[in-house]
Amino acid sequence: MSGALRLERVTISLATRVLIPPLELSIMPGEVLTLMGPSGSGKSTLLNFLGGTLPGAFRASGRVWIGEREVSALAPQQRRIGILFQDDLLFPHLSVGENLAFGLEASLRTRRARAQRIEAALAEAGLAGFAPRDPATLSGGQRARVALLRLLLAAPEALLLDEPFNKLDAALRAEFRRFVFARAAAAGVPVLMVTHDATDAQAAAGAVLEIVPAPEGASIAPGARRTQAAAPVQSAGATVAEGL
Amino acid sequence: MSGTTLQRGLAPAPAPVAMPFWLRQAPRVTLALFLAPVAAGLLGTVLPAFGYLPAIGGRAVTLAPWRILFRQPGIGTAIGLSLASGLGATALSVLLVFGCCAHWAGRQPGRIGRSVLAPVLAAPHAALAIGLAFLLAPSGWIVRALSPWLTGWRQPPDIATVQDPYGLALTAGLLVKEVPFLLLMTVSALGQLPVARTLEAAAALGYDRASAWVKLILPQVYGQVRLPIYAVLAYALSVVDMSLILGPSNPPTLSVLALQWFTAPDVRMYFPAAAAALLQLAVVLGSIGVLRALELGIGRVGRCWIAAGRRRSRAAPVLRLAAVGVCGLTLLGVLSLVALALWSGAAGWRFPALWPRHWSAAQWIRQIGTVAWPLGTTVGVAAASSLAALLLVLGCLENEQHGAAVPARRSLWLLYLPLLVPQIAFLFGMQVLLTVCRLDGTLIAVIWSHLLFVLPYVFLALADPWRSLDQRYARTALCLGASPRRVFLRIKLPLLLRPVLVAAAVGLAVSIDQYLPTIFAGAGRVVTLTTEAVTLASGGDRRMTGIFGLLQAVIPLGAYCIAIGATAARRFAPQPTEGRS
Amino acid sequence: MMRRHRLAALALTGAWAFAAAAPAAVRPWQAVLNAARGQTVYFDAWAGDPRVNAYIAWVGGELAACCAVTLRQVPLADTATAVTQVIAEKAAGENTDGTVDLIWINGPNFYALRHRGLLYGPFAAELPNAVLVNRHDPANRIDFTVPVEGYESPWRKAQLVFIYDSAYVRHPPRSIQAFPAWAKAHPGRFTFPQVQNFLGVAFLEQALYALTPDPSVLQRPVSEANFARVTAPLWAWYDRLRPYLWRHGREFPASGPAERQLLEDGEIDLMPSFNPAEAAADVAAGLLPKTVRTVVLEGGTLGNTSFVAIPYNSPHKAGAMVVANFLLSPQAQARAGSLHGLGGPTVLDLNRLTPAQRAQFAPAAATPWGAAPDALQRSVPEPHPSWAARLVQAWERRYTP
Repeated sequence: MSGALRLERVTISLATRVLIPPLELSIMPGEVLTLMGPSGSGKSTLLNFLGGTLPGAFRASGRVWIGEREVSALAPQQRRIGILFQDDLLFPHLSVGENLAFGLEASLRTRRARAQRIEAALAEAGLAGFAPRDPATLSGGQRARVALLRLLLAAPEALLLDEPFNKLDAALRAEFRRFVFARAAAAGVPVLMVTHDATDAQAAAGAVLEIVPAPEGASIAPGARRTQAAAPVQSAGATVAEGL
Repeated sequence: MSGTTLQRGLAPAPAPVAMPFWLRQAPRVTLALFLAPVAAGLLGTVLPAFGYLPAIGGRAVTLAPWRILFRQPGIGTAIGLSLASGLGATALSVLLVFGCCAHWAGRQPGRIGRSVLAPVLAAPHAALAIGLAFLLAPSGWIVRALSPWLTGWRQPPDIATVQDPYGLALTAGLLVKEVPFLLLMTVSALGQLPVARTLEAAAALGYDRASAWVKLILPQVYGQVRLPIYAVLAYALSVVDMSLILGPSNPPTLSVLALQWFTAPDVRMYFPAAAAALLQLAVVLGSIGVLRALELGIGRVGRCWIAAGRRRSRAAPVLRLAAVGVCGLTLLGVLSLVALALWSGAAGWRFPALWPRHWSAAQWIRQIGTVAWPLGTTVGVAAASSLAALLLVLGCLENEQHGAAVPARRSLWLLYLPLLVPQIAFLFGMQVLLTVCRLDGTLIAVIWSHLLFVLPYVFLALADPWRSLDQRYARTALCLGASPRRVFLRIKLPLLLRPVLVAAAVGLAVSIDQYLPTIFAGAGRVVTLTTEAVTLASGGDRRMTGIFGLLQAVIPLGAYCIAIGATAARRFAPQPTEGRS
Repeated sequence: MMRRHRLAALALTGAWAFAAAAPAAVRPWQAVLNAARGQTVYFDAWAGDPRVNAYIAWVGGELAACCAVTLRQVPLADTATAVTQVIAEKAAGENTDGTVDLIWINGPNFYALRHRGLLYGPFAAELPNAVLVNRHDPANRIDFTVPVEGYESPWRKAQLVFIYDSAYVRHPPRSIQAFPAWAKAHPGRFTFPQVQNFLGVAFLEQALYALTPDPSVLQRPVSEANFARVTAPLWAWYDRLRPYLWRHGREFPASGPAERQLLEDGEIDLMPSFNPAEAAADVAAGLLPKTVRTVVLEGGTLGNTSFVAIPYNSPHKAGAMVVANFLLSPQAQARAGSLHGLGGPTVLDLNRLTPAQRAQFAPAAATPWGAAPDALQRSVPEPHPSWAARLVQAWERRYTP
């Protein structure tokens, strides 16, 4: 059981350009917050910052909490924040099972127990018996599911989705979206998704924020294309810092 | 834990991954290892070039060494010869390589090409030059194949086909060696561009393949191979060992003149020798400057030319010619090595016999004892310098990916300094530095001096694949809770195993090729296959040179085969990384 | 003058490193042997001739067995490299722990080190085998007219001869004067190593000796006043010869062995050599056809002795002396003289050997290839080293395009 993902006055800038103005928000476990914005607006950069892999050219400040744990001073591998990219990024030199084993928590000790856990996860995802396969032989949808399984097996306390449905065709897209949100809900972790596709935001059925880039500095506002099912911004805990 | 560092407003992002100390220092350590000897070496050349070297009585700063230098007979011819062979070989190599790549663009040059190139790439310059000298000589293989049935010659004609006064044989030798190198560099740079898609798109716009390649691919690929081209230029202008074997002797090229004076019995020749070495440096830097200016000029004209929109060219036959040229040069290279192999077992092989009349294993048997020691030294030095280079390069590249400061990255071009500064210009000074550190004549000194030349090539071989690996693999692995060390060992190294092994093999080949650094840093005490081969070549003995040259060529070749074989045997081949077509 | 003085002092501080108390002249040889035990001697020697390398390897084996001295050849493409090395070490202030222990040295290089005080000595008289050296032969005491004075020890003799291929040449030239006419009749079939090589300049010196009216001036240092006058006949002769040389006299082989390769390839028919037994040894090794013959010029040719010297900063002087002494032993000299060794005459006086020792020198069965011993009777002393340097300089000035 994890706590809320909370951002305190997070700002990111590149050289003199402010990408993310001071941002406060919190996402409760099981909730999905969607951050929208055109490409190059700094959405992915924010995820990099949260994940702890921000390239050195960027400057950032602010604090990040998961529950009562401050993660912003931790190394990425200690944060327990999982990221799903639009590419599955399965390690091509490892089999499907080895990919999952790479993600699976080390606390599960015996080889047998690990293999069973992996096989169970695959079976749940409709991929029973795929463990010894070369990832390159899987279809796009299968690979995407394996990538999510790998992420979840690491037992993250928060999930970051970086346009994860972008490269899938329409049919797969809807199916995989359902799969992802169902899994995320089942895991009971806060989810932050960035996308520039409104249907993704609709499917997420959560609050939406929008980055509006401007020459004098970006601003972040509650999303204009709110979905019917969306909760009020305030209840999602997102506020835009004053003065910007 | 309260993050005090986070209170400072727009502070630099806290280093997301705490970099271990050694990793943070990697570029600095690398540059220090590099710049100290080169800088000390240059100083040790500049001072005597202006008359200052107290050990042999030079205590005043004067221009006398330059006056003596320019009074030396044949100095003008020597400079001209260096320029002609160096510039000629570089220009031709570049044209041939680009022409050949354009000709084969979109078609599969295949593995055959690469496996034929490998021995020529792996063979040291000296060994190749000796074999080539035998091919081209008036009493050589080519003339023998035609004599006497076609030429009527029962004795070799008195025509200067090697060591000719115009340096043509030297130019040919440089081409045989440098074209495969540039080709390899260009092909691997092309691997990172969407060549096929670009050509298809251009074809859809009505451009034929030659025009499309020159107008679209060349401008993109040139930036990537600029440095290798500069390295070829610097090497071709200042080569010593090939020039001793294939170049004229009266006068020889500038670098050989400098070496002759450095080693003249009359030590006062040191002063003009240092001046000549400095002049050599000026020739190289000047040529690079001219080339850079040419690039800019051609780039400007080229833009207009590209914008003019002409779609058809008559270049296709020219490109085919370039491809034929590259094949011909490769054939010459392979035949040179074959000739060496034959000589190592030949007893009597006089003109005009095409094959040795008698065979003898006596040479090999007699040499088994004497070869063992230099063989061990060669392999040891090559392995140590390649390993050190690999560690430093990996350290620098990792440091860079962990968000190193930009200046540190920019200063990495200094790594290429030893490739751009002629060896003759800093090796003497470096020897003095080593002597002061009491390191001269030790294996450490030789390994260090080899590292100067091995590291840049390892960097060249590894930087692009390493940088083009999708960084999100590493990020994903980190977010899965893997430590940076585990990410490096389990994800990055296995994914990049082939480039790493190939880079190691390149390092071995470069180390085995080093002649002057071994002589200077080893104080002549450290005997490698190359010092033996060049020394024997100075004695003109093709049989012994054949043995040493073959062994020299076989080691790096073996390393290449292991690098390729080891990675081919892997279960899953790595996928093409981002950006590759 | 100040510098010479300081150098001598430096040389001395190095000299006593291994035997502090005993002055050189009276130190018993046994003390040297004891000091040498376990030392590794780095022997800088030109390595362009595999036969010499094999011989040095043999010497190393013998020394390890008899004296516990490890001999390691430092193979040089050019002896001057060792000279440079010693000078570089001095530049770096390395006065006691140099990297060169022993150098195979010849006139100009000896002169270069000796007159800078960078050689250890005198040591040659201390070697027990020094008493066997042929003192009637001036070449053993004077190296290119520079008195040896105990700063180097002889080990090998050489004399200028010419090797030709009798399959193509019936009448080789028998005198320097005959060369232009011979070359004109056989255009492109003769050359000599480049003048920067010691064999190349030796050919010019031989010609100068034969052509100049008063050869005795060659024994004194060259002076600018007489150089033009003394060498005028040489250049006149060379200008007649040059057009008919191999490659029209524009290119030259790098060294003796390189020239031998040309003879083997059939590119030339006649070459100079400093080893009267080279042809015989080469035929035995299968490097030259059995049709080669050796000719010595009438009126005598340049004789030359190869020496070894010890740099002032060698840390293994005792070991180096043991090597130098072994090179003078009847056993080593006999081996050197045989066709399995180097071929060529000995530096020893056979009359000073015991009959058993002398028996080792029994002449090998006469071969048709080498030079007849009686043809080698007359050897001509080498000119002062300053002549070689000046000749090379003048030649370069005249004939370098």
